[in-house]
Amino acid sequence: MGLLSRKASCNSHGQDSSYFLGWQEYENNPYHEVTNPKGIIQMGLAENQLCFDLFESWLVKNPDAVSLKRDGKSIFKELALFQDYHGLPALKNALVDFMAEIRRNKVIFDPNHIVLTAGATSANETLMFCLADEGDAFLLPTPYYPGFDRDLKWRTGVEIIPIHCTGSNGFKITLSAIEEAYQQAQKKNLTVKGVLITNPSNPLGTTMAREELDLLINFIDDKQIHLISDEVYSGTVFNSPSFVSVMEVLKDKNLEKTQVWERVHLVYSLSKDLSLPGFRIGAIYSNDSIVVAAATKMSSFGLVSSQTQYLLSAMLSDKKFTKEYVSENHRRLRQRRRDLISGLEKAGIRCLDSNAGLFCWVDMRHLLNSDTFEAEMELWEKIVYDVKLNISPGSSCHCVEPGWFRVCFANMSENTLQIAIQRLESFVSSIATINTQSHEELKSLRKKTRNNWVFRLSFQSFHDREQDDR
Amino acid sequence: MVAISKIATGDGHGENSPYFDGWKAYETNPFHPTDRPDGIIQMGLAENELCFNFIKKWVMKHPEASLCSAQGVNKFKETALFQDYHGMPEFRQAVAKFMGKVRGGRVEFDPDRIVMSGGATGAHEMVAFCLADPGEAFLVPTPYYPGFDRDLRWRTGVELVPVVCKSSNDFKITTNALETAYEKAKEDNLKVKGLLVTNPSNPLGNILDRDTLKGIVEFINEKNIHLVGDEIYAATVFMEPEFVSISEIIEEVECKRDLIHIVYSLSKDMGFPGFRVGLVYSYNDSVLSCARKMSSFGLVSSQTQHLIASMLSDDDFVDSFIVESKEQLFRRHKYFTWSLSQVGIGSLKSNAGLFIWMDLRKLLKEKTLEAEMDLWRVIINEVKLNVSPGSSFHCNEPGWFRVCFANMDDHTMEVALLRIRTFMLEHNKAMVPRKLCSQSSLKLSFSRRRDDFMSQSIMSPHSPLPQSPLVQART
Repeated sequence: MGLLSRKASCNSHGQDSSYFLGWQEYENNPYHEVTNPKGIIQMGLAENQLCFDLFESWLVKNPDAVSLKRDGKSIFKELALFQDYHGLPALKNALVDFMAEIRRNKVIFDPNHIVLTAGATSANETLMFCLADEGDAFLLPTPYYPGFDRDLKWRTGVEIIPIHCTGSNGFKITLSAIEEAYQQAQKKNLTVKGVLITNPSNPLGTTMAREELDLLINFIDDKQIHLISDEVYSGTVFNSPSFVSVMEVLKDKNLEKTQVWERVHLVYSLSKDLSLPGFRIGAIYSNDSIVVAAATKMSSFGLVSSQTQYLLSAMLSDKKFTKEYVSENHRRLRQRRRDLISGLEKAGIRCLDSNAGLFCWVDMRHLLNSDTFEAEMELWEKIVYDVKLNISPGSSCHCVEPGWFRVCFANMSENTLQIAIQRLESFVSSIATINTQSHEELKSLRKKTRNNWVFRLSFQSFHDREQDDR
Repeated sequence: MVAISKIATGDGHGENSPYFDGWKAYETNPFHPTDRPDGIIQMGLAENELCFNFIKKWVMKHPEASLCSAQGVNKFKETALFQDYHGMPEFRQAVAKFMGKVRGGRVEFDPDRIVMSGGATGAHEMVAFCLADPGEAFLVPTPYYPGFDRDLRWRTGVELVPVVCKSSNDFKITTNALETAYEKAKEDNLKVKGLLVTNPSNPLGNILDRDTLKGIVEFINEKNIHLVGDEIYAATVFMEPEFVSISEIIEEVECKRDLIHIVYSLSKDMGFPGFRVGLVYSYNDSVLSCARKMSSFGLVSSQTQHLIASMLSDDDFVDSFIVESKEQLFRRHKYFTWSLSQVGIGSLKSNAGLFIWMDLRKLLKEKTLEAEMDLWRVIINEVKLNVSPGSSFHCNEPGWFRVCFANMDDHTMEVALLRIRTFMLEHNKAMVPRKLCSQSSLKLSFSRRRDDFMSQSIMSPHSPLPQSPLVQART
């Protein structure tokens, strides 16, 4: 039997994380309004399903873009043959304009500095290959998107050292947290090659303050390392404060064309802002032409389909459409978030104040039996298996404080959201009933059987669970 | 100042090879029939442009495949959101069916063993990541596609050890050559993890015969190493002998199936390099599971999956396409090789691919790499054709060149042939047939020559030429 590589045999793909286990559970029993109303509601998927009607009317008005025609004439052959890793110029031009517009035109991007990749997944991995050698490290503020463990580390051999952020200051990045992370790396004999931030943040849904970006720029300048800013949610900033990109702060600090400016790189994608995750449109933007050159060659391993490049070049060049889309998208996201927040409030659950993203960072610390990750897992299991909501536990995002959960709100209908909220409300009120009992009583009850309230809540699923080995 | 990575600053991307130099020269002065008639003709790009009208007709008749039409627009949301790395079931089913048809229905492929990748480029890298650790090695028969140096080695840290094949036996992959390479790897302290063969071959344009395939399978089983079969030119076999896939051989001989993997793509067979439809087909469940997760780094756009699923599910279209493609390639190959033979230029006997392996050894001043490079520079700068020198394919013998013939229209082909003829006449290196008129009326004689060729139509029952693929298709 032939041996496989270490990469194939290990689990750095990260898929044993609870983040993905929740998804699997959902796949086995997915909610459907009609056919499976008792199924699990997916609230762990950061997708935006709110604005497809806008796409559909655009497509009807612009059939050439999908039917691979230009001015009514077929360009099928030209597109089928187009495999130039420099990418379709029309798309790059339209994309940089779109990115500038999202940043209120405070930053101008050069299409020659953009590299197209198969999604942000590929962009992040490619940047790692370009900036770090195997065994080097990147610092990442926690909590962070669980996929980074795979994207940044798996095939590259790069390490991630967390910069711990806590709820005490709204999870903002502090200088002491960054320095501590840097020292951690040094203790482990790891060369730190850079910092990677997600702005707006996944899972927090917040935009970074100028002060934080300033701090980061000073830090990377001092240590002479790189800064990657993953800005895939930049178009979902639906409330103030407005989005400030690290590129804008560099400009304001008059650091354009300096060495530190060359060490700042962006990752972008249309999966979140335009809700097109299936089309695999990602991008790297770098001010360093050597990085651009290397990343361009590497993009051969994951180019964007020319068919898709053409569609998006047409769509993004329609500035009237993109303006309308972005503003309507903001409005619907704002509304949807409001619905979720008010529903949670009724259940006595608070969220981190957020102004972006497709999710809320929900505070369920008060529902934990103890201030531990075991308790967080226990609570999560109840929510997935009993309350039947797939939400993502903070530990899967490497949060240092137990009790936080990421809850997505844009990937379902209004109806489904209300049902999810009702389920959560019922769950919380049943817990409230239990909390009137003494702690000791609770302990002894647990020793004998599973919790009565679980038994009351869902007799059927309790018996189902007994049979499973978990 | 903290540098960027070794991978980024090194030249593992392979672009300093002459294979790409020719492309760069072409790009600065590309041929155009009216705008730039003296420009360089691109004969270094293995693309298949012969069937586009055929395919285009289908696309125009099926707007729902392109997500336009009312039916298509309704599918937009579902398609745009589909990012499951298992890939659309209908896409995998359609591709599996196509792969089976291309192999004459002699073998069936399981759609659940298909994992998507960013073209064959992405597939090769992914397979290397799955099967080998940095510092381990793959054996690759020479001459081989220059891109492998990048695809298998650059970011993976895997080494390639050449299996040297020689012109004396038409570059066959002998067990002896395999053993020699294996021993060499051992001497160099390299752990061999697998063997990569391209069948049909790039750059040779021929296919592996059954005995060679059996020898290969026996070898990898004995050494307990993986076999990766790159079969991206499978549907370009335009003439007998019939293509034999690894997937067929493992049904006929004893083989540990866990060692067998196929790389496939629609870039050559269908002429869709822009759509990035690549895949890994593995008989090993652990490899499938790992590759599927890795495919996140290069999934096929769902918009493209939808188009391909629709197209390749249309049995009538697929059956006609396979026949039409063979026919077009056969004609082009025949005319090209015949024209070359008229000026004394030979090539390796071939029945597949989008190129020929041209033999210019007798034009070399001496049997050296330098002489090959000199000749190549003459061909690019004076004859104004971008062809690929054998050394860029790691050929052990100087004087061979890969010349592509399927990436241009008939007129451009004529211009290229005229230039070759002129060059050969000027260098007096070939036996010129008496029929050829003097240099001043070259153009006239050339077009008359084409008429000579065409009058011996391959459709004629009295044709002296080898069988048309249409005869084959009936079986």
